[in-house]
Amino acid sequence: MMKAPGLRLYAMLYLLVLYAPILVLPLFAFNDASIVAFPLAGFTTKWFGEMWQDPNLGIALRNSLIIALSTATLATVLGIFAARSSVRYQWPGKPIVMGAIMLPLVLPEMIVAMALLVILLSLGVPLSIFTIIMGHVLICMPFAVAILTSAFQSLDRSFEEAAMDLGETPWSTFRLIVLPLVMPGILSSFLITFTISIDEFIISNFLGSGRPILSVYIFGQFRFPAKVPAMLALGTILVCFSILLLIIAEYFRRRGVARIGGKDTGGFL
Amino acid sequence: MTFSAERSTMIEFRDIQKYYGDYHALRGINGTIKAGEFFSLLGPSGCGKTTLLRTIAGFEGIDSGAVLIDGKDMKGVPPNVRPTNMVFQSYAIFPHMSVAENVAFGLRRDPRSRAEKASAVEEALQMVGLKGFGARAAHALSGGQRQRVALARALILKPKVLLLDEPLSALDKKMREHMQVELIKLQRQVGITFILVTHDQEEALVMSDRIAVMFEGQIAQLADPETLYRRPNSKKVADFIGTMNFLPCSVLSEAGGRIEIEAQGLGRVTLTEDQAPPPRGESPVVGLRPETLTLLYPGQTTAERVVGGKVDEAIYFGDMTYYDVYLDGTDIEVRLSMRNVPGRPILDVGEQVKVAWSPEALVLFR
Amino acid sequence: MAKGNSEARTGWLLVSPPAVYTVLLLAAPLATVLIYSFLTGGKGEVGAPVTLQNYIDLFTQPVYRAVMWRSLTISLMVTATTVILAYPIAYFVSFHVSPSKKSLWLFLITIPFWTSYIIRVSLWRTILGYNGIVDSLLMGLGITAEPVNILSHGFASIVFTLSHAYAPFAVLPIFVSLEKVDRALLEAGQDLGETRWTTFLRVTLPLTMPGVIAAVLIVFIPTVGDYVTPELIGGGKTPMIANLIEVEMLKKRDQAMGSAIAVAAMLIVGVVSAAFVLANRRYLGGRK
Repeated sequence: MMKAPGLRLYAMLYLLVLYAPILVLPLFAFNDASIVAFPLAGFTTKWFGEMWQDPNLGIALRNSLIIALSTATLATVLGIFAARSSVRYQWPGKPIVMGAIMLPLVLPEMIVAMALLVILLSLGVPLSIFTIIMGHVLICMPFAVAILTSAFQSLDRSFEEAAMDLGETPWSTFRLIVLPLVMPGILSSFLITFTISIDEFIISNFLGSGRPILSVYIFGQFRFPAKVPAMLALGTILVCFSILLLIIAEYFRRRGVARIGGKDTGGFL
Repeated sequence: MTFSAERSTMIEFRDIQKYYGDYHALRGINGTIKAGEFFSLLGPSGCGKTTLLRTIAGFEGIDSGAVLIDGKDMKGVPPNVRPTNMVFQSYAIFPHMSVAENVAFGLRRDPRSRAEKASAVEEALQMVGLKGFGARAAHALSGGQRQRVALARALILKPKVLLLDEPLSALDKKMREHMQVELIKLQRQVGITFILVTHDQEEALVMSDRIAVMFEGQIAQLADPETLYRRPNSKKVADFIGTMNFLPCSVLSEAGGRIEIEAQGLGRVTLTEDQAPPPRGESPVVGLRPETLTLLYPGQTTAERVVGGKVDEAIYFGDMTYYDVYLDGTDIEVRLSMRNVPGRPILDVGEQVKVAWSPEALVLFR
Repeated sequence: MAKGNSEARTGWLLVSPPAVYTVLLLAAPLATVLIYSFLTGGKGEVGAPVTLQNYIDLFTQPVYRAVMWRSLTISLMVTATTVILAYPIAYFVSFHVSPSKKSLWLFLITIPFWTSYIIRVSLWRTILGYNGIVDSLLMGLGITAEPVNILSHGFASIVFTLSHAYAPFAVLPIFVSLEKVDRALLEAGQDLGETRWTTFLRVTLPLTMPGVIAAVLIVFIPTVGDYVTPELIGGGKTPMIANLIEVEMLKKRDQAMGSAIAVAAMLIVGVVSAAFVLANRRYLGGRK
């Protein structure tokens, strides 16, 4: 390994800048001053209490959880269908169909949101949590498909053939062999899509008809300087929570790789 | 390892044709495999041997023809109900299960009690030399152990036919040779039909009762190992199995089961009919194996015929030395092999030598 | 062949739930937008006559042109910034970090991306804003007497915030392409008389261009359509295409014009991306 002190320093600085806003979060979330500025005033946990004063936060949190859980479930289930079909079977038109499913990955989200909004309005579908879920599933599905495709790909075809050879039907083979072996991928897909859905703003904002959703709520609150410290407290909790989810997802992903005896080739995406 | 002809037919191929899109993978496969036989499908990669094995297991459909197992046409019969079990090239040991769970996998629908199944598993493990390994995690096994688990898992179901897809190719040389012997013993012990796919001619010769040599989707020759080695039916088979020297020749006369030829470097030779497989319209050559040629050391005499030559290359192999020798009056090099026994010095390049050969060792391809 | 057909049938059957979902919720809406863009809109209604007027307005009226031009410039600047800054970091992780620690570094780089986008962008507002963290820090240290209010420079702060937000996106594809470079090639380069630097320019960089191209596309495409940053950081005074679409669709209630902008945005993204890939196609051929 060649030494590169310059590059290492650059890498450290890069990480520092990358993490700057996240590091600022807890710093001012525990700061005993209603204005977010230096110098720091002293330690307090009052912002964590104050943020619950607004009943809308509770509603927003509940709505977001409903949306994220439904989205993660639906996107992962649909992702299993798509990934399994594309990895295991040859069929005409595969590039087009898979391309269409992956398309939201490269479409500006605003365009996806507006296109959905236009058609929902023209069909007279009332905007609700349900319409947000519809949109979220659409943009989360490509991520689920990507994660699950790599999970299915690392599954040796001969495992399935061996099970069939030993007397199992295609369905019991899927249940006894395929599903347990791709389970880490499924869990990791679920967690990633859950995180994306919780974070998502544009669709939640435009397809929800003003219902309090966590990301929309935070977006709104940041406009009032007086609310900022409480939002920093909320942000601290959310960031800790997503890092926790990510670590769990990464753990499952690695365990999946190790289990099938494959080689670890890096992180998500 | 002799094969008795009275055995009944276990598998029959009837003019099997298979295409992958435009690619003609199996081109009219015919033949039978007997019950209790150790049978090998041998050929270079892409010759269709694995495809043929997979049509027996039911993983590949066929476009026309038929596969019969124990007299029953297997058309439309899925792999899970065929009386065959397979040992996969990758072994396909389920990584999320223990050794015992892997071996017991096929017993899920078996009506026997839990205890009976457990003892069957233990018995199967003992048979493959893995007694007491049941609780091990599958991913903690070595290559050789995985293979044994795969064997136990397949044999516990008492199939009529065990299919082995290049089962030894992932093992190192020592382990491979060891497992070859174990597999032969195992086959004798259980007495069922084994069908082995391999690209290793030595492995096929060592293990099989009979071998089907395949090229380009066709069976080129189906015979026992000795016939295959001594009397290959084509230049291609001869070239694929072991080493063979080829010398151009011309056929002078053919009458009453005797064929008179004039071979370059060897001169006039009379062959019997069994030394000449059916003609294929190729330019005639005679083939002879390196070990049928002998170098004569000074003072040695022989009843065989002798031809002079010059050593072009000597390749030392420890137990053997291979010599490439230019036969007098030709620009043709033949390879011969000599066992390195005491009193036999290694000859130098450029030395003049005498080579003894016998007409019975020749095969005529034309 | 019977088997080929049944395999295709199973494949189709399996893929049909997600495929139907995509057709209903993506293809149909996009088709609607395309149709709307050629109609006349206003007051929440869309109807006849069929016209090209939306597109003509879009490319002739200075308001629209300014926004589209700004979006494109911001996006290109963000792309250049992120990719140029990301290359050394990807290079560092791939070449100078021991294999056992590579996943950890990648994980560290990706974590900020997965933490709430809204919170990160909002934080920059707090950090860079009038009397915000940077201002208070600078004044407290006596570097300036007056608040700098970086946020008032809308354009620059948008570029900065977006570059920060999309940084991990650029690192990953470059890292993957660097990992694929056969290390023996670099030794061959030096063996053939190149210095470490010229080896990088003549061997490593060309070999990793596919990763760079992927990084460019993966940053450029979503940033063109970013909505949150111009809204929060630019304070609505520096709108980009997404904000313009919102204004047309929801404030002016002209779905036809909004649709035309959306279609134009997709076209611009498509054309710029395709042109970029074409310009670099010599790096993409022959490598899998």
